[in-house]
Amino acid sequence: MTDWLIQQSPAIQATVRVLVFVLPLLLLVPGLIWWERRLLSWMQDRIGPNRVGPFGLLQPIADGVKLFFKEDITPSTVDRAIYFVAPAVALFPAFAIGGTLPWGPHYGPLMHWTPIANVNIGILYVLAISSLGVYGVVLSGYASNNKYSLLGGLRSSAQLISYELAMGVSLACMVMATGSLKMTDMIAAQMEPLWGIQSLGWLQNWFLFTPFGLISAVVFLICMVAETNRTPFDLPEAENEIIAGYHTEYSSMKFAVFFMGEYATMFVFSGVFATVFLGGWNLLPINWDVVAAQVPALAGIARAMDGLTYWLAPIWFLGKCATGITFYIWLRATLPRLRYDQLMSLGWKSLLPLAVANFIVVAIWIMGTKLYGPGGGWAGGLLGLAIVYALYLNFVSATRKSGWGAKDRLAMVDKSARTIDLVDPNVAGGTR
Amino acid sequence: MTTFTVLAIVAVLAALGVVLFSSPVRSAICLVVNFFVLAFVYFILNAELLGITQIIVYTGAIMVLFLFVIMLLNLGGPQAWKERREFRTVLGFGFGAALAGVIASQLITHFREHSRPFADDGYGSPQAIGRVLFTQYVWPFEVASVLLLVGIVGSILLAKRKL
Repeated sequence: MTDWLIQQSPAIQATVRVLVFVLPLLLLVPGLIWWERRLLSWMQDRIGPNRVGPFGLLQPIADGVKLFFKEDITPSTVDRAIYFVAPAVALFPAFAIGGTLPWGPHYGPLMHWTPIANVNIGILYVLAISSLGVYGVVLSGYASNNKYSLLGGLRSSAQLISYELAMGVSLACMVMATGSLKMTDMIAAQMEPLWGIQSLGWLQNWFLFTPFGLISAVVFLICMVAETNRTPFDLPEAENEIIAGYHTEYSSMKFAVFFMGEYATMFVFSGVFATVFLGGWNLLPINWDVVAAQVPALAGIARAMDGLTYWLAPIWFLGKCATGITFYIWLRATLPRLRYDQLMSLGWKSLLPLAVANFIVVAIWIMGTKLYGPGGGWAGGLLGLAIVYALYLNFVSATRKSGWGAKDRLAMVDKSARTIDLVDPNVAGGTR
Repeated sequence: MTTFTVLAIVAVLAALGVVLFSSPVRSAICLVVNFFVLAFVYFILNAELLGITQIIVYTGAIMVLFLFVIMLLNLGGPQAWKERREFRTVLGFGFGAALAGVIASQLITHFREHSRPFADDGYGSPQAIGRVLFTQYVWPFEVASVLLLVGIVGSILLAKRKL
């Protein structure tokens, strides 16, 4: 199979890889919806859909049939061309982001199957395509010719632009730690010995386990939830404020396309997280071949695990994506929606400075490692963290002293702003 | 070559759309399409970094802000703005043609010299650009970053008089 694949022209190779990657994605979306509804109902102490098929597994199919046969209403005052194009525009980035994700090993007999394009700009590609995701929302919000839809679109564009920055910087930290923008190189870097210590060679250096990688991972995780418009950042479709936001005027299959795009994006972003921070397709953070060499007693088991990890790599990758999705659902069940000013201040005042500070720490870390080995890296990194924290405390005390931003804080507790005049319709023009 | 032809046709049509549509939102969308297709032209020329930067900076950030502003101001329907026919229109076409001629006269000779329409592998790679940016062009690079910082500080000062 592999020989046949590499003999084909690049376009056919890419097409085969796309089919291998995108078809499972399409088939998994109903499964994701089922998983979300069941898990959410379990977390909220409800039963959830359990009637159609075993455990309600066929419920998404029934829902799909229902959506398909619903009346497709096109409001008369919409901007027709843009109105019809917008769902397709929303779906495009959802499937295109996966273009550089390796869902299998990058060496050995499986190497030619993933990713679809192993270009030397892998991470930038993810950032570029995810930044296109805003167009579907903005265009549908504009074309619907509805104030609530327009508000949803505007909120979305402001939100996505704000969180893209922190996301880009947090990924840039990992790019710097790897020294490459290629996704496969990032996974290779995570299969090095933990923290660069050779005696720990049997443990893998997943970026989640490094101090700077942990900070980046948290920042990226928050930004990823914001980028996919999910709770607690689902302000573009906050139903108690703006009905359903940008897809208020969409019905039947056009709504289903938005829905599908959202779930596919969640899935692919979980894949990006798994690739950059969780060691990609590796099952456990253990280099089994090193274990086999160091502990002869366990050599048999270690070799078996090595083969299992290698040959079933796509399954482990899918498992990590599913973990990411579960995290999304958990967040949705736990956290209430943010207020708009909280959303903006979280993005600009917390995540972006944190990501930039982390960027500096990573740079110090790399210099320390290059000059004095792994110990120097730890010392430099911790020193960098200490300096950044001291600067932060200095900044906080300085702003307290100068009273900067005190007005904003006062406005939050201003009781008079919250009282409202109740109007009694029975008394002519009177308030009571 | 066929790929280039298709991309070029789409790019030119989108560019025409930017100028000819009377609704500002449609013009902006055409500009988005134009930038996006231009990135693909860079891809087939083996300049991946340039193409992806085009998408990130222009399609993903600047045009979103354009659309944001257009929608926020609600620069409404197609009848918003009709131009009167004037002698200035003719003059504009004349100047436009002259500018195109000047640019073409400078470029065509260069195009004729090169029979191979793409760069070497790794010519515009992130590593190569990064190395040049931080050695040969480090001063212009730093000055540009300071300029951007001044721009940010200035815009904050203009927007918020009382900090």
